[in-house]
Amino acid sequence: MDYIPNTDADRAEMLKVVGVETVADLFHDVPEQFRFPKLDLPPALTEMEMLQELQALADENDDLNHLACFLGAGAYNHFVPKVVDSIISRGEFYTAYTPYQPEISQGTLQAHFEYQSMITALTGMEVSNVSHYDGATAVAEAVIMALQVGRNKRCNVILSPTLNPQYRDVVHTYTQGMCVKTIGENAPLGDLNALADMCDKDAACVIVQNPDFLGRLYLPAEMQALADRVHGAGAMLIVACDPISLGLFTPPGHYGADVACGEAQPMGNSLSLGGPYVGFFAMKMGEVRKSAGRIVGQTVDVDEERGFNALAAAIYMAAMGKHGLKKAAELTYHKAHYAAKLVDALDDYAVKSDGPFFKEFVVQCPLPIAELNERLLNEWGIVGGYDLGADYPELKDHMLVCVTEMNSKVEIETLAEALAAIAAPASEDLEGQDESLGETEQSDIEEVA
Amino acid sequence: MGEPLIYEICRAGRKAVHLPDVDVPESPLPQDALRGELPLPEVSEIDLVRHYTRLSQLNHSIDTGFYPLGSCTMKYNPKVNEYAARMAGLANLHPLQDMDSIQGAMALMHNLQEMLAEIAGFAAVTLQPAAGAHGELTGVLIMRKYLYEKGETQRDVIIVPDSAHGTNPATTSMSGLKVVECPSAADGNVDLAALKALIAKHGDRLVGLMLTNPNTLGLFDENVAEVLQLVHEAGGLVYGDGANFNAILGIAKPGALGFDVMHYNLHKTFSTPHGGGGPGSGAVGVAAHLAEYLPGPIVARDEDGYFRWEMPAKSIGRVKAFWGNFGILVRAYTYIRMHGAAGLRAISENAVLNANYIQARLRGVYPIPHGDRTCMHEFVAQGKLDGAPTINTMDIAKRLMDYEFHPPTVYFPLIVPEAIMIEPTETESKETLDAFCDAMIQIAQEARETPELLKTAPHNSPVKRLDEVRAAKELQLCYAPGCS
Repeated sequence: MDYIPNTDADRAEMLKVVGVETVADLFHDVPEQFRFPKLDLPPALTEMEMLQELQALADENDDLNHLACFLGAGAYNHFVPKVVDSIISRGEFYTAYTPYQPEISQGTLQAHFEYQSMITALTGMEVSNVSHYDGATAVAEAVIMALQVGRNKRCNVILSPTLNPQYRDVVHTYTQGMCVKTIGENAPLGDLNALADMCDKDAACVIVQNPDFLGRLYLPAEMQALADRVHGAGAMLIVACDPISLGLFTPPGHYGADVACGEAQPMGNSLSLGGPYVGFFAMKMGEVRKSAGRIVGQTVDVDEERGFNALAAAIYMAAMGKHGLKKAAELTYHKAHYAAKLVDALDDYAVKSDGPFFKEFVVQCPLPIAELNERLLNEWGIVGGYDLGADYPELKDHMLVCVTEMNSKVEIETLAEALAAIAAPASEDLEGQDESLGETEQSDIEEVA
Repeated sequence: MGEPLIYEICRAGRKAVHLPDVDVPESPLPQDALRGELPLPEVSEIDLVRHYTRLSQLNHSIDTGFYPLGSCTMKYNPKVNEYAARMAGLANLHPLQDMDSIQGAMALMHNLQEMLAEIAGFAAVTLQPAAGAHGELTGVLIMRKYLYEKGETQRDVIIVPDSAHGTNPATTSMSGLKVVECPSAADGNVDLAALKALIAKHGDRLVGLMLTNPNTLGLFDENVAEVLQLVHEAGGLVYGDGANFNAILGIAKPGALGFDVMHYNLHKTFSTPHGGGGPGSGAVGVAAHLAEYLPGPIVARDEDGYFRWEMPAKSIGRVKAFWGNFGILVRAYTYIRMHGAAGLRAISENAVLNANYIQARLRGVYPIPHGDRTCMHEFVAQGKLDGAPTINTMDIAKRLMDYEFHPPTVYFPLIVPEAIMIEPTETESKETLDAFCDAMIQIAQEARETPELLKTAPHNSPVKRLDEVRAAKELQLCYAPGCS
């Protein structure tokens, strides 16, 4: 099955015009011993057969239409209004390319302009670029920009240990071979002062996440204090943030961040096993002017764009609007806290998140997380939280639980019930579990690490 | 004229989405952290839909017309691909789900890795890079790390021919290596004498060569085997830019030719949509000696058929979060499976025939610097016409819009003055090609007889010719938001 309209008769006429006998004659420039190699591929399928094969592959997966999901850690199960997919499915949008010819690309250009306007509004910054591959590469590009602003003389990049571990990995990959020393990753978790203490004349930037990878929300005053110290040392403050949280909480632009960036997937993009997503990137104009237009020109380079996904984010922001995004954030906040209270009330589990958190929190569990998650999936139809032990050895047997507006009260209560049942000895009677669910007393919260 | 901005159609109190009320006991909010005004739009769903529908209608797209943008492979994007990427069992998967629960998705990725490796003749493939330029960065980092681990840390120079893809030098600079340009010979191939001189000059500082083949002139370098041999003999590696891979599916395998590493543009060759500028996918293939350096994790298959994530032993590291642009991979997989070996070869044969047909029809009408040679999937003409001294390529491009064609790529490659780079792709019919050629011939005549028609074009587009210089100077980056 192919999509070639020309027939043998068409080709015969065309070959005559070209002045060769056969199509094979067009490839004489390819060295003969390499010409027309055999391709060992499975036989071609018609569309009907293809759909059957795809369905068979899809059926081997357990998708979130059929499971309760409490997994986040960088990719989030938020509600996507149907209007988003309806609009981005228009061929006029998705089969156009980057606007090389502005007169016949006004739709894409205006949509991007509006995206940028809404991102600056959301982040409290002054200027936004069109987009990056994802949150991780947006952070890495922010680091590279900070190195350029520092004229490559400031070589220290201070990474918060509670910046998403994958984002830190990408920063390492992007900066290999450059004059860069990454520090900070061994600092105590959640200690902004420890990061500020590392700022000196060699520091290019400090990168923190808010809410951080463990879900903790830093207050604007704490962040402003950090920004003041970072700026005092002549470095830049880069804040990676969750766009949904900005529906409710103070944006980075209001507490001194020079760059606000992150993963825009939660806004209108499906989980899709990790991609395509879209990184947003916004900054203060002062920095744009100071650091020269070249840098802005670079960050809006077409090769960095995620036009399609940025369009989805733009439609999402416009559809949700100021009331809808706030409500999504409120629902997420309250449901996450309700879940945390239920789980913390369980005998064998302890919520370890200290202070305010947004949609994720840390739970110390009585058994290895991999084992726990396997049982949650197989016995309860629940996708459990992220296993923190791999990235944070001190958090072995700790799970990062994510709750969004998509999790119903019943799902949350079932999670607590399931966790209790899995921790209990096999013979234990589980009756009476419902009573303890109603208790929402403030429990003792210990500080992580 | 023109669609108002979303902020200009919003009214306080309007909503397009209604979320349910909180169904759990509420917890106190940290008052010190709450934001003040959230200046996002307030619109109804119908206004939202009309706004974006009207915006979409201001675009030229593949679905609405011929789009012969050279070097971009604007082929038809099959609808079944879009359906496949949205199937719940493929789209609604969390990237960090337990491997047991996503074996079907991992099988798809593994099969795609293997099929891409086979099509280009490589030993291993990573699907992680998110775009062509991202694949280039990946490739350069792989080359450098491989050489560094061999102890050849002094190597820091990459040769890039002047007929290479425009992003090559930028990528190399970003990775901290030095770029040296190699000129083309009169026949459009790499200038072998110049290449030898550069290799001799940089000696053991050579990381390698980044070669786009077919090159941006649309020519398959007849000396490719010798070029590769020269670089390899100097201890360097050769990077292949796969942007033009649509010309050689089943025609030649870059891995067999001797390329060490190459990126694939799934959004060009394998029909995934360009999406108004993305997302793409820049999967990277490598020869056996570089397999351990791939970024990852990639999908590995155990003897018992179980698929798992695996980080290659000497990996350069992760180049983005998670595994790759899975939604794009599903589309490319669907496309390759539906074509099979013969179908893929037919793609390139027809893409190359279509380009040669246009070249033949425009020969003698427009200057074509290498028009004496058979082109591959694209060719480069020039917008310089005898008897029309005031007319340039931009005028011709803008006039093409009046004929409802998207202009070809213009002013690229840089080595051809007034370049018009035409790539029709295999999914266009002879009638479409003829209509385009007729328009080009008509425009050449207009250029001589009524040049003002070209100078004032386009005449029917949503906006008149834009002053791009002025726009750049008075750059308005965002609209101060607020609803009335």
